[in-house]
Amino acid sequence: METELPSDTRLTDDGLAPSGEGRVLVLACGALAREILAIVRQFTHIDLQCLPAILHNHPERIVPAVREAVARSANYDRIFLAYADCGTGGLLEKAAEELGLEMLPGPHCYAFFEGTEIFVERTEDEFTAFYMTDFLARQFDAFVWEPLGLDRHPELRDSYFGHYETLVYQAQTDDPQLTAKAEECAHRLGLAFERRFTGYGDLETSLVSFAKATT
Amino acid sequence: MSDEEDDIILSELDDEELVLQMHDDLYDGLKEEIEEGTNILLERGWEPYRVLTEALVGGMTIVGKDFRDGILFVPEVLLAANAMKAGMAILKPLLAETGAPTIGKMVIGTVKGDIHDIGQNLVTMMMEGAGFEVLNIGINNPVENYLEAMDDFQPDILGMSALLTTTMPYMKVVIDTMVEKGIRDDYIVLVGGAPLNEEFGKAIGADGYCRDAAVAVEMAKEMMARKHNQMAAG
Repeated sequence: METELPSDTRLTDDGLAPSGEGRVLVLACGALAREILAIVRQFTHIDLQCLPAILHNHPERIVPAVREAVARSANYDRIFLAYADCGTGGLLEKAAEELGLEMLPGPHCYAFFEGTEIFVERTEDEFTAFYMTDFLARQFDAFVWEPLGLDRHPELRDSYFGHYETLVYQAQTDDPQLTAKAEECAHRLGLAFERRFTGYGDLETSLVSFAKATT
Repeated sequence: MSDEEDDIILSELDDEELVLQMHDDLYDGLKEEIEEGTNILLERGWEPYRVLTEALVGGMTIVGKDFRDGILFVPEVLLAANAMKAGMAILKPLLAETGAPTIGKMVIGTVKGDIHDIGQNLVTMMMEGAGFEVLNIGINNPVENYLEAMDDFQPDILGMSALLTTTMPYMKVVIDTMVEKGIRDDYIVLVGGAPLNEEFGKAIGADGYCRDAAVAVEMAKEMMARKHNQMAAG
């Protein structure tokens, strides 16, 4: 596939339209566009469509958006849903079952980047961690700072983050600038900082397996 | 809502105007103005309970409706809640002294592994405003904490909150433990939190799923009334 990556702002607000080339579709969260393109670039039979990443902040809108996108994608042989539960409380998994879509396991992208099994086990003791991926580090203001009103009311910070202790930056790539940005985010939230390199984790294994199975 | 805050002297407003102004000030999250308005009404001889219901709860109800309708968002609700909390801090000791009516008791807490308490704090405040006595046991509560609090406080209602998909199943652990101990039917169990839905509430055996603080109050009142009716009939 030869899809060009749009800006993070476009991915946040508009997502990414499918190119129309390819027999199978990966329908994903816009926050994963960069990573998915890196993983599936060599598979020419795969097309990628992303829904606006900002749905991350409005989980109740994810299922209707997925249903609408799937309804418009009848020309594909198969569709892989590159979403985890993402705060839908199990509703996305139900919809995926009903629509006959494969999807990623686990609660969030934080889980599959780190490896869902390990992540779920770890969160039992790590519940004071605030997770951040590469995309969220780049889009911190649009996804965290502004929607929580901290640009207008910084005094609310501790109401939101008072019980958190550490910002865990799950790095998909080795990017010193992004690491510095993530560390600055931790500082702004008043949290300790930890960088954890994850690579693409289960996202890569799931997508490659899907790509190979549909070749 | 009001752009002329600086020109308004609260003490010069009559009671009706002041209450409406306090609704505006709550909407705008103006903590100091709410404290001032609360004190003025008390100085004018208002019963603490009347100040609470008409000025604070009345104002917060408007905030809640606009939140539900997508006009206000979490930061604004939080600011309004902080303002109401400041008014409540003045009223609480007075309410205790004057014996304000209590329509029920509730224990509320966020489940084990979850540290999010904005929603449950809001519910606590609105429930208190509606006349419930509430014991908020905070965040990260294993089942033992709920059981202990229920044993000590003897509530009518148990409220459980969770913000995470990973922690919400723990509510079932609490309910199942209550069933095992034969105490499930002694309490009304209400659950809430962003990833929850009605179906989940039913599946885990809760009595009700509350999508927001206002719904929690309405449901709690309704279920308390039903409980009283059943007791009267029985």
